[in-house]
Amino acid sequence: MIEMLQSGFMQRAFLAGVMVAYLAGFFGVFVVQRGLSFLGNGLAHAAFGGVALGILLDREPLWIAVPFTVAVSLGIVWLTERTRLGADTSIGIFFAVSMALGIIFLSQTERFTTDAFAYLFGSILAVRWSDIYAAGALVLLSVAVWRWWGHWAYATFDRELAQSDHVPCLRGDYLLAVSIAVTIVVSMKLVGITLIAAFLVIPAATARLLAVTFRAMTVISICIGVASVLLGLVFSWEYDLPSGPCVILTQAAVFTLAFAWKSLRSG
Amino acid sequence: MTVMAVETEGLEVRLGRHVALEGIGFRLPENGFLAILGPNGAGKSTLIKVLLGLQTPHAGSVRVFGHPAGRGPTREVGYIPQIKTLDRQFPALPLELVVSGIRGSWPWRIRREEREQAMEALTIAGMDRKLGTPLGQLSGGELQRVYLARSFVRRPRLLLLDEPATGMDALGEADMYRLLEGYRSHHKATIIMITHDWDVARHHSSHVLLLNRRQIGFGEAQEVLVGEALRQAYGHVGHAHPMTVQDSSRD
Repeated sequence: MIEMLQSGFMQRAFLAGVMVAYLAGFFGVFVVQRGLSFLGNGLAHAAFGGVALGILLDREPLWIAVPFTVAVSLGIVWLTERTRLGADTSIGIFFAVSMALGIIFLSQTERFTTDAFAYLFGSILAVRWSDIYAAGALVLLSVAVWRWWGHWAYATFDRELAQSDHVPCLRGDYLLAVSIAVTIVVSMKLVGITLIAAFLVIPAATARLLAVTFRAMTVISICIGVASVLLGLVFSWEYDLPSGPCVILTQAAVFTLAFAWKSLRSG
Repeated sequence: MTVMAVETEGLEVRLGRHVALEGIGFRLPENGFLAILGPNGAGKSTLIKVLLGLQTPHAGSVRVFGHPAGRGPTREVGYIPQIKTLDRQFPALPLELVVSGIRGSWPWRIRREEREQAMEALTIAGMDRKLGTPLGQLSGGELQRVYLARSFVRRPRLLLLDEPATGMDALGEADMYRLLEGYRSHHKATIIMITHDWDVARHHSSHVLLLNRRQIGFGEAQEVLVGEALRQAYGHVGHAHPMTVQDSSRD
C-alpha cells in the first residue's frame, strides 16, 4: 500500500481520478435524467477521432481531442436544434463520422497500437501532469458554472416550465454538451474511450436509486464516482489490470449493492 | 377603463408549413375566466405557448397586460402544464417544485423565507401533509394541487392552465375549481384554461374561446357554445346529445 502511494504515476492517477470522478458524477446526473447516455458514447468516439489526429500529427492527443470533441458536441446540439432529427440521430451521424476519421488518421501512422490501446481501455501509466492540469481547470470551470446547476435541473424537470421563466435553455444545452465533452476527454486516459459512457452513467444511476431529491442525487453521484475511482485504481495496481475496466466494474458492484438494498427495502 | 389582460389581433402561427392558428382576435378583460375549447389538434396548447412567449407568431399581435407576450414581468404569469407531461422519474419533493416557482430556478438550498412562503401556498392547496412524498408517487389530483401552490406562491395576475382536470376524479376536480375561483376573486386574477368539458366552461368561465385552428367564436358560453359553432369546431356531434348550453340546461 505504501509502495503504491509513493509511486509517482499512482499519485498522478489518484489525483486525476478524483477530479474526473467529481466531474463525471456532477455532469452524469444530467446525462441520466435527460436520457443522454448515447451522447456520452457519441462524444467518446468523437474524442477517439481527436486522439487519432493528435497521434498522426505527433502532438499531445489531449490538446487536439479537446477542441475536436467540443466542436462535435456543438455540432450535435446545433443539428438537433435546427432540424427535426432526434438527438440520437444527430449523435449517430457525428459518432460515425468521427470514428471513420479516427480510423483513417490511425491508418496513416506507424506507432498507433500502444498509444491507441491506452486511450481505448485506460491506463494508469499514461496519466501525465498535463492531464491533471486539464482536469483541474475543468473542475474550476465546473465550480464557476455552479449556478447553472439550478437552470439545468429546472430545464431537465420541465423544459417548457423553465422557458416560461426565461431560463436560457438552449444556451444551457450548449454549455452542458461542451462540459460533458471536455469531461470525457480529460477522463479518457484513466477510463478508456470504450468505457467512458458507463463512467458517466453508473454513479448517477446508482444515486437515482437512492435519492429522493435532485440535490441528493448530485451529491451521492459525486461521492460514488470518487469512491469507485479510488477503489478501482487500487485494484488496477494490485492485480496489474487496465484501470478503466477496474473502475467500471467497481461502479457496477456499487450499483448492484444499491439495487439489492433498494429491492430489499421496498420488497 | 377596463384593463385588458390579453389582447390578440389577426394572430397567425405556423409550425413549418403547417398553419397551426389563424385569425385569432379577442380581448379578455382583467379578472376574466377564459375557457379555451376545441377538438384535438385545434391549436389550443399552441395558443398558450404564444401567450407565454414560447412560440413566436407569424403574423398579428399578442399583448399580455399591455406588454408583448413573454416580455412582461415573468411573475405576472403563472403556468400549469399538463400533468401527463411530468417526468415522474425526476427525483423531487413538493416543496422544491413550489420554491422553483418563487426562484425561477431549481433550488439547491431552500432559504427560510422561501420555505415559509411555499408552506403557506401548499397549506392553501391542501398539500402540507404530503411534504415528504416524492412527486413521482403523488396522484394526478395531488400533483395538480402542488402545481397550483407553485402558481399561487408567485401571486400571478394571469394563470394559464393546460387541461388541468386530466387524470382527476370528480371530487378532486371540484376542489381544484374551488381553489382557482378563490384565488381569482381574492387576487383579482385572470384565468385562462384549456378544457374539453363544456359544463366547466358553462359553470366557471366568464368567456369562452372556441377554436379549430381558426377562431370560431369568442364571448360568453351561452353565445358561443351553440349548434352551428360547435358543428364548425367539432364537425358532426350527433343527434341525441344537447347541442347548446341552453338545451343542456333545459334537460
